[in-house]
Amino acid sequence: MAAHPGGLSTAAPAVRIGGLTRAYGERTVLDALDLEIAPGEFVALLGQSGSGKSTLLRALAGLDYEVAGTGSVEVPGKVSVVFQDSRLLPWGRVLDNVVLGLEGADAAARGRDALAEVGLAGRERAWPSELSGGEQQRVALARSLVRDPELLLADEPFGALDALTRIRMHALLRRLCDRHRPAVLLVTHDVDEAIVLADRVLVLDEGRVAAERTIDLESPRNSADPRFAEVRAHLLGALGVTGERDLD
Amino acid sequence: MDTQTTDAPAAVPPRTTPPRPVLRTVRARRRLGPGRRIRFGFLLGPLLLLTAWTLGSAAGLLDGRFLPAPWTILGTAGDLIASGRLQEHLLSSLRRAGLGLGLGIALGTVLALVSGLSRWGEAVVDGPVQIKRAIPALALMPLLILWLGIGEVMKVTTITLGVLVPIYIHTHNGLRGIDNRYAELAETLGLTHRTFVRRVVLPGALPGFLVGMRFAVTSAWLFLAVVEQINSTSGIGYMMELARTYGQTDVILVGLVIYGLLGLFSDGLVRYVQRRALAWRRTLED
Repeated sequence: MAAHPGGLSTAAPAVRIGGLTRAYGERTVLDALDLEIAPGEFVALLGQSGSGKSTLLRALAGLDYEVAGTGSVEVPGKVSVVFQDSRLLPWGRVLDNVVLGLEGADAAARGRDALAEVGLAGRERAWPSELSGGEQQRVALARSLVRDPELLLADEPFGALDALTRIRMHALLRRLCDRHRPAVLLVTHDVDEAIVLADRVLVLDEGRVAAERTIDLESPRNSADPRFAEVRAHLLGALGVTGERDLD
Repeated sequence: MDTQTTDAPAAVPPRTTPPRPVLRTVRARRRLGPGRRIRFGFLLGPLLLLTAWTLGSAAGLLDGRFLPAPWTILGTAGDLIASGRLQEHLLSSLRRAGLGLGLGIALGTVLALVSGLSRWGEAVVDGPVQIKRAIPALALMPLLILWLGIGEVMKVTTITLGVLVPIYIHTHNGLRGIDNRYAELAETLGLTHRTFVRRVVLPGALPGFLVGMRFAVTSAWLFLAVVEQINSTSGIGYMMELARTYGQTDVILVGLVIYGLLGLFSDGLVRYVQRRALAWRRTLED
């Protein structure tokens, strides 16, 4: 992949989070978290269940209405979200789902282009229920990208897909991000997925960033690469899943 | 990380020789379920009844005063059509039922939307409709007659009230049953409230509404039959009530057949609309 130009870090960030604290009742989920994401940077967020990664993503998406908390969250004007489920309206055809809420005469044409980009040209008139899980998630990607997001938030977008489909989706997402260059925050529990896709991986633990790793492996990234294995061991360690310790 | 190979080897049971199975050829098993669907099987029961009726009448086993023969009924229907009386009554009935159905659907839908789209609306609307639902519709008739007299207004109002309830209940259910995740999606896409209602809420509530329609159509005929027996001067129900005073069993049976056909036809119509409007769901069932 295109290496990250060093100049990006000096430009205004696409995301700026300062001292973000979120709590559900007594339980602090995010604890004075600071985070910046540069424009066009792909950040993956790893963490165990309950580490606060989904809470962080929902805070960025503006979906944490009734949650108590403090801190500042600044995001660009155009934010798209991809959920774990494709969340297509079952009563809308594929193209209608992609352009849902878009204004303008060229909306349909843009929707068609977006579908072609995710390899679904010709399926515009299909119902979501006629598509496979991977295809549905590609429609969801098209729905996000047709809005030209400056920030793409993805909450375990491939979590429900089978392993083979997931590998294909990784390549597709990487390609789309290289072309559209949104800042990306990908929440995942799959360490390999994070390493394959991201420029930078954060490990969240009990509401704080427990580890941070810039991934400078060249593309395409190969999990058989010893440096890949080293990064994986580092991140797994930060997640508390080193071989022996896990047995206690 | 999921096996402990180093300690406690004694816990592993000693290896024994596996049992020697006796092989047999696989045959298809006897099915315990009801099996495959019979084509047009639903017609069999009614046809058997009709046959028994015909044979009974032909053999003179059935008294014509209690149950006239099928051909007598056909003849009576022919006479009623020839004199124009059947069409006249049918038209009058259809007008009442149609008016009541139309008003009930409109009112029920509006109330369901008001109550489904806002918490305040629900607080105001839902209670009265549930109370109305708890009171048997026919028990309201004495009051309606006192208020509205025994004319057309009372008749149409009774049908409207009967239709309103199932439309409201099922549409409201459909609205509330829309997955909250779609609302979340609409928020992230920045949909306006109008677009949200038009593209998410209404199509999402449509299956519920159409279920309500099937009940509503049935209700319309039910209340039609009841109100037409109260001081009417036209309608299928009036024709039957009149026939009762003259002991014309055959005319009563013609009326029953008409009611049956009306119910069957209207339900078929709703089901047809259902199939067309919910094409996105049919793909799952195919």
